Amino acid sequence: MKQHALLEKAAPEVVLAPAVRPTPALAALGDRAFRWLTALAALLVPAVILAIGLDLFLTSYPALAKFGPGFLLSQEWNPVTQEFGAASSIYGTVMSTLIAMALALPLSLAIALFLVELAPPRVSQVVGTMIELLAAIPSIIYGMWGLFVFAPLMATYVQPFLKKYLGFLPLFSGPPLGIGMLTAGVILAIMILPFMSAVARDVFALVPNVVKESAYGLGATTWEVTYKVTIPYGLVGLLGAMFLGLGRALGETMAVTFVIGNAHRISFSLFAPGNTIASTLANEFSEATEPLYVSSLVALGLVLYLVTFLVQVVSQWLLRRMYRSWSVGL
Amino acid sequence: MVKILACLCATLLTVSSVAAQVTINGAGASFPYPLYSQWAHKYNQVTGTKINYQSIGSGGGIAQIKAKTVDFGGTDEPLTPEDLDNSGLIQFPTVMGGVVPIINVEGIKTRELKLDGITLAHIFLGLVNKWDDPAIKKLNPDLKLPSQAITVAHRTDGSGTTFIFTSYLAAVSPEWKNKVGAGKAVKWPAENSIGGKGNEGVAGQVKAVKGAIGYVEYAYALQNKIPYAQLMNRAGKYVAPSIETFQAAAANADWTKAPKGFSLSLIDQPGDNSWPIVGATYILMHKEQPDAAKGKEILKFFDWAFKQGSQMAKDLHYVPMPEKVVKMVEDSWKEVKSGGKPLWP
Amino acid sequence: MRYRPPTGRKLVNWVVSGGAAASALVGIVFLVWITWEVLYRGITALNWDFFTHLPTPPGVPGGGMANAIVGTLVLTAAATAASVPLGLLAGIYLAEFAEESRLGDLSRFSANVLMGLPSIIVGVFAYALVVLPLGNFCGYAGVVALAVIMLPVVTRTTEDMLRLVPNTLREAALALGAPRWRVTLAVVFRAAKSGLITGILLAVARVSGETAPLLFTALNSPFWFHSLAEPTPNLTVTIFNYAMSPYHDWQQKAWGASFLITFGVLWITIVTRVMLRERKG
Repeated sequence: MKQHALLEKAAPEVVLAPAVRPTPALAALGDRAFRWLTALAALLVPAVILAIGLDLFLTSYPALAKFGPGFLLSQEWNPVTQEFGAASSIYGTVMSTLIAMALALPLSLAIALFLVELAPPRVSQVVGTMIELLAAIPSIIYGMWGLFVFAPLMATYVQPFLKKYLGFLPLFSGPPLGIGMLTAGVILAIMILPFMSAVARDVFALVPNVVKESAYGLGATTWEVTYKVTIPYGLVGLLGAMFLGLGRALGETMAVTFVIGNAHRISFSLFAPGNTIASTLANEFSEATEPLYVSSLVALGLVLYLVTFLVQVVSQWLLRRMYRSWSVGL
Repeated sequence: MVKILACLCATLLTVSSVAAQVTINGAGASFPYPLYSQWAHKYNQVTGTKINYQSIGSGGGIAQIKAKTVDFGGTDEPLTPEDLDNSGLIQFPTVMGGVVPIINVEGIKTRELKLDGITLAHIFLGLVNKWDDPAIKKLNPDLKLPSQAITVAHRTDGSGTTFIFTSYLAAVSPEWKNKVGAGKAVKWPAENSIGGKGNEGVAGQVKAVKGAIGYVEYAYALQNKIPYAQLMNRAGKYVAPSIETFQAAAANADWTKAPKGFSLSLIDQPGDNSWPIVGATYILMHKEQPDAAKGKEILKFFDWAFKQGSQMAKDLHYVPMPEKVVKMVEDSWKEVKSGGKPLWP
Repeated sequence: MRYRPPTGRKLVNWVVSGGAAASALVGIVFLVWITWEVLYRGITALNWDFFTHLPTPPGVPGGGMANAIVGTLVLTAAATAASVPLGLLAGIYLAEFAEESRLGDLSRFSANVLMGLPSIIVGVFAYALVVLPLGNFCGYAGVVALAVIMLPVVTRTTEDMLRLVPNTLREAALALGAPRWRVTLAVVFRAAKSGLITGILLAVARVSGETAPLLFTALNSPFWFHSLAEPTPNLTVTIFNYAMSPYHDWQQKAWGASFLITFGVLWITIVTRVMLRERKG
């Protein structure tokens, strides 16, 4: 029915007066030009990705040439003596992402399970939309909320609690500052949750009913079906979801910058302040004018670009494999 | 949607075609920012000239003026005469101010805590890392100090305030001098340390983190009602920061002996009433101004600030430059030229 | 399946189901919590001055963010104007000409990757491309960064929306002798109009809350927007600077601006969702 409505709406407008109808040759030429034009625009997208990589590489070249591979391992970051190394930023990026993944992975799977298998359709729709709206809140708002609302709570309740019961682990030692690696990781987890749960939800929903129902028929419970049938069946897609979240967490900037404490330091305590590649860029870029300083910051950007690019490629490849195998059918 | 866009584009065009008033862009030290921003606000009301001063730290200020991306730069670490000559810059002081240790310790009100230079250095070295450490207790027998870890808040950007503060620590503690030294940015040795951007950032961090200690220009402590500590000065007396104690320290300065560019240390001055961490803040300008009108406007602004802005400076507890020094400064402006013609007077 | 007494299995199932529901609740709690804090703290900071006045130095009462509001609108509009035509063209190619082509695959794949690249990287790119050669921070660099972020969003939604247009419509128009470009622009576009607008709105929502790509491109300014060749005032960088300051009145204003941004973006997002749902039926 919808199609007819569309036809009626659009069709009468295309009645072309014979006088303006172009000759076939001219029309073919116009078509070819049009096709080329659009193809050029489509080519622009991969070209931009390539240009970003090239641009970052060229701008960071002075720093890469000066510090060599040692750039990745050095903990030194001193704008005055012009000594730069990426180790503490890389460590912080990895650490905050690990915390975020550890929290968001089980949560997003559980949410997907709830939305697909447990909730009535109406509830599922409303709850699903609400979870997805988490992705619409701008990063800087997470930062404001994190700094003024969440970090004080972490300092007064969560961190002292962890310290009391898990303080024997070096991970939970040190004073509870509120701002630091752990707070950044938790906020990151909330931020990547909607992306991961959306894909996980698709995965759960796309597993053919025939497969699930045969397991139910054998008397399996919802959990057993999920655990033994759905998850193995949709493993590729779930991996894709994981990588998608990973890519987001690695490069997330503003929210982390607000709460991580900006210290160029590697500390094993999760309470300690640190930094990430993205937060270092956000904090220091607008002040850096010495060429080597700028170049070192861009080199940090290049590291982040390469890592997120790889993660994105893997996740897109996995997701495409998943959607393709399902669109073909069983 | 299209209409909205069209409207926006139309406003965009009209706004940009309105003839511009003069806008002067400056950037640098955050130390004098509370004052410069108020001066600029008032000056704009009086004359219509816009002075846009961004607080990005002294390191940024020096770099930006050298790169000519701003019309003037601000720094609290004066450049050397050679450096000034090499870059074709002139440098002059605008005001003096004090750097104060600010704290966030439960139950301790402003001016209650007393520290001496060595203990302050040991705190920033990480050797004294709890508020009830014997070293602090000894100086404060009457205070009830909590057994809380000390978190050191410092600047992440290249900062003149850091230069003034670390110069003081280096002057009073040989250990600090050998291990860390003085500079616009140093490698902070304390285990528990957090970084903030600008004086604003450090003040914000200290406000937010319990058990924190940091260092900021006095106006930041005042404007934000952050508790600060008393310090023992060179004469062995405890003093609290105030315009009087800053003035007492500044009174020792002999500006006539200052080299070109007016660089002068006001750290750890003698006198019973002298606050030990005082410094001047400076403006950097190119001697050769590409735009005569702009260059003239900058000088007019600072002339106005010297003559009309003293009370505003005092209100924020900055020490205005003595009249004699203002005269010396304005004499040095003769070097500022555009196309060979001096812009002042 | 091995036989196990049903009670244990049922218990596990109950626990897992409860855990799943609780997880969904966790997500909702955070959404409500964050929006509530922004609403409650932000709305008290808004007044007439906020929308009509320039910012004042800390401690000077009054003042607003009128310049930043205008600046954000200008930056977003300019980025939209730059990215939408290109995105539409690329989307046309993907939907109309490249169902099974290599270039189509590459472009589609790249668009997905580009959408996932951190926005701060795009900011660094714009910095190296525009700010470094020009020697100063300027609005144009911000526009470039935002446009790069919008491009893949517009491209992909255009493709999706054009694909929803039934082929019979194209065939009917082609049979009337209209050239392909004419068919696409006059017929397919018309049929997909609301969907395309949805896609553009989505892209606008995506960039209007962006901060990271503006930090060192458009920078910020306390004065009226005057030209894209200069540092351009904008709401998000102002929020960052004000929030990080120790001044109570500035932090208040940052909450006010957060309120504007959050509810602006949420509103656009919800509107587009409703539009999408209507389309997809």
